[in-house]
Amino acid sequence: MKQKLVPYSIIVIFFVIFVVFYKSLEDTNIYTPEVKINNDIPIFSAELLLSNETLESKEIFQLDKFYILNIWSSWCAPCRDEHSILMNLSKSNKFIVIGMNYKDNKKNAKSFLDELGNPYEKIIIDKNGTKSIEWGAFGVPETFIIHNNKIIKKYIGPLNQELFLEIQNLTK
Amino acid sequence: MIYSVVGHYSLILGLCIGLILVYFSIQNFRNFNQLDNKILSFSFLQLFFVVVSFFALVISFIISDFSNETVFNNSHTTKPLFYKISGTWGNHEGSLLLWLLVLTLFIFIFLLRTKNQPIKYKILTLVFQQVIIIGFFLFLILTSNPFNYLFPVPNEGLGLNPILQDPALAIHPPILYLGYVGSSIIFSSALAATTLKMVSTNWAIHIKKWVLISWIFLTLGILLGSIWAYYELGWGGFWFWDPVENVSLMPWLALTTLLHCILVLERKETLTSWVIILSIATFTLSMCGTFLVRSGILNSVHTFANDPERGLFILIFLFTLIFLSLFIFSVFHKPSQNNQANFFWLSKETSILINNWFMMYFLSVVLIGTVYPIFLDVISSQKISVGPPFYHKLIIPFLIPFLLMMAIGPKLKWIKSDLKDKIYLFSLLVISVLISFFIVKNFNANVLVNTILISAALYLFFITLRDFFNKKYKNLAQNIAHFGFSLLILSILFNNLFSSEIITNLKVGETYNGSKTKIVFESINQKKQKNYNSIIANFRITNSEGINNNLSPELRIYNQPKITTSEADIKTTLMKDKFIVINLVQNQDYFNVRYQVKPFMLWIWLSVMIISLGGLISLLKKRT
Amino acid sequence: MKTFKTLIIIFHLLFFNNLYANENSERNEITKNLRCLICQGQSVYDSDSDFANSMKILVDKKLNEGLSDKEIYSYFKEKYGDWILYDPGLNKNTYLLWLLPILIFLFGGAIIVKSFIFKK
Repeated sequence: MKQKLVPYSIIVIFFVIFVVFYKSLEDTNIYTPEVKINNDIPIFSAELLLSNETLESKEIFQLDKFYILNIWSSWCAPCRDEHSILMNLSKSNKFIVIGMNYKDNKKNAKSFLDELGNPYEKIIIDKNGTKSIEWGAFGVPETFIIHNNKIIKKYIGPLNQELFLEIQNLTK
Repeated sequence: MIYSVVGHYSLILGLCIGLILVYFSIQNFRNFNQLDNKILSFSFLQLFFVVVSFFALVISFIISDFSNETVFNNSHTTKPLFYKISGTWGNHEGSLLLWLLVLTLFIFIFLLRTKNQPIKYKILTLVFQQVIIIGFFLFLILTSNPFNYLFPVPNEGLGLNPILQDPALAIHPPILYLGYVGSSIIFSSALAATTLKMVSTNWAIHIKKWVLISWIFLTLGILLGSIWAYYELGWGGFWFWDPVENVSLMPWLALTTLLHCILVLERKETLTSWVIILSIATFTLSMCGTFLVRSGILNSVHTFANDPERGLFILIFLFTLIFLSLFIFSVFHKPSQNNQANFFWLSKETSILINNWFMMYFLSVVLIGTVYPIFLDVISSQKISVGPPFYHKLIIPFLIPFLLMMAIGPKLKWIKSDLKDKIYLFSLLVISVLISFFIVKNFNANVLVNTILISAALYLFFITLRDFFNKKYKNLAQNIAHFGFSLLILSILFNNLFSSEIITNLKVGETYNGSKTKIVFESINQKKQKNYNSIIANFRITNSEGINNNLSPELRIYNQPKITTSEADIKTTLMKDKFIVINLVQNQDYFNVRYQVKPFMLWIWLSVMIISLGGLISLLKKRT
Repeated sequence: MKTFKTLIIIFHLLFFNNLYANENSERNEITKNLRCLICQGQSVYDSDSDFANSMKILVDKKLNEGLSDKEIYSYFKEKYGDWILYDPGLNKNTYLLWLLPILIFLFGGAIIVKSFIFKK
């Protein structure tokens, strides 16, 4: 009995390894952080792009409305693609769109907005990229939906028509 | 076009010959006497077809034949000829073809050079090797054919990843594969020897050569990869405990263990089961590494195109080999009565056992650290990272007794021993501890751990150093390898302790004034090359003694594919490297400058070469 | 003995004169332990992606605010999950990771002692 135990357990171990490796083939190896919802938004103070004010975070998100925080930059190509969606969202009165200008310079950012239109009510400057990290983002573009000072939804990558409808449905 | 056709059909012919060889060998296994020559010519023919196929691919790369998909994906007309050629094995398909080439080459050499062994054993080794070769043929032809057509023929290729356009990386894969594939010979031969019940001292002496050959190549292959990582990938690091690096380290650890174990088997018929297990494990680990790297289930800095279908093929192939060897081992291997010999506690045998024990521990740390995240993800969907801190915490404490054993073990005699020169050994230990305490204390580092670690390494260093001046050259190979290892550990430790760096943002013309170092960003030049444009920044660095160094790191903007790489400028001297690298910062007019002084870098490379030199001497040594 | 002394002297000549203390050493220690989300095979310390550069600035900022390394780690863990840390702490997910190698070591030792040294 004892002599047979060892070979059998070895076979079982190898079989388990096989199954695990097989299963892992299906997954992607790129890690994307889990989206934590219902987290309080970080507290910060920030310069604005289009005026020379400095605002506290609670002043920005004070209304009882749905806020969309969009991290963008003039050098980021996908930001260009999603811009029209943001324009459409800003037209709806349910949302207030806030921009966060990521590692950009003012001149380029302004000409980007002149060219494509400005959907943002306010634009926060994130010169060195640290504010977006405090939000838990790691690239551009990323979009957060905020309600009652809590993050209720987060999108990594550019928005599209499908996500546009999804965001619209959030308010219902 | 024509080359792709030739290459493709050569592959298929090679596969056919593999099948014929297996059939033929098994059919005529009993009347083997006439078999020898036919088999030799058949394996030569197989080698020939693989060579033809390989050169067909090389030529397709040289003439930039973009009707070939592999060439299209990995080459470009503006690339220098050298990188066109090295691009052949810088991609998945081509590297597998290279692997196949080495497989067939090695078995041919094995058949040619193995003389004093029974013919049955040679044939059986060939059969097992053919199983592996056929597996690779099928893998190539079915999932990663290097000769796929593209129609319409594109005008231009996509180019080779710039970080692979590097001399060290051009020769790194061939050398590494020689090591991996060498272990396949050990695998087949161990299985053959098990089946024929001839795992004995005689077999050990014969297979030791192959163990040494693959060990030397594997060591050098890892070294080249590390050198490449040092100046191409990062910020002056040379070992990142990245999965792909670990995957090459695992067979190395198994092979090193096997090498030591063979030393015992060479003299005394004992440890046979263990030697067989290690022989199987070495190649299985190489294959497991191939699976982990090529299937893309691990996340690594080293990029390989990944495709689940390929992963599945290697996975099934890998486990076929594992179960085949388990089957052979359990059916044919009966440990003899005198196998389980008693070892006296103080003897060379025991010290080699202890070496095996520690090596297996290191192997298990690396193996578990590498695959654990995969298991955790599959079982509980939790994603974690296992990185350098894990390996350091588990390996460093065990390195201390390991180093001490490395110093004392070779001093012991076979069978039963008594430690001679106790006073001398002890006094050297005291001296080592004193010196290292003295060194470490002056640098406010973590005193205790570093002192003990450096002491242990210094101890090994002094003992092996002294042995060079002893008249007897009996164990020269061993002594050189152990000396190299002590030097390696010392260099790494000092490198860690004494490295220093400055990170700053500078515009052209600006000066950074540190407490002891002044960095002047003097100017910028632009240079246009065939396949990239480069921005060369010129720095003058003045250290506290007023010595000036001019360093010019580069940013290269490759045209095909459009990737920017930063090329460090490294001034290597005997005692330290000065390492500077620049990077663009998004939307800023300054550069991110990183300047490092890294002592003993050259010694890290040298000591690994010394280690492999030890292997080389052992290989060349005539047995007396 | 002479050789040892000369070794020490050589050592001193080489290193004492131009050695300077690491600036940012604490920051480096922390960033070596954080994994970059953009180039996922590298640590934040080794990477030069935009994300990694911002992380470095943020770590500096947190250090200036007086946070300890542990607090900084848990701050990032909160944001990006366990994955961000290269040093997997000992918790219910990682017991096996840390203990299995040690168990293998003990088990191997037991086998050696049992079958080769104290075998009657």
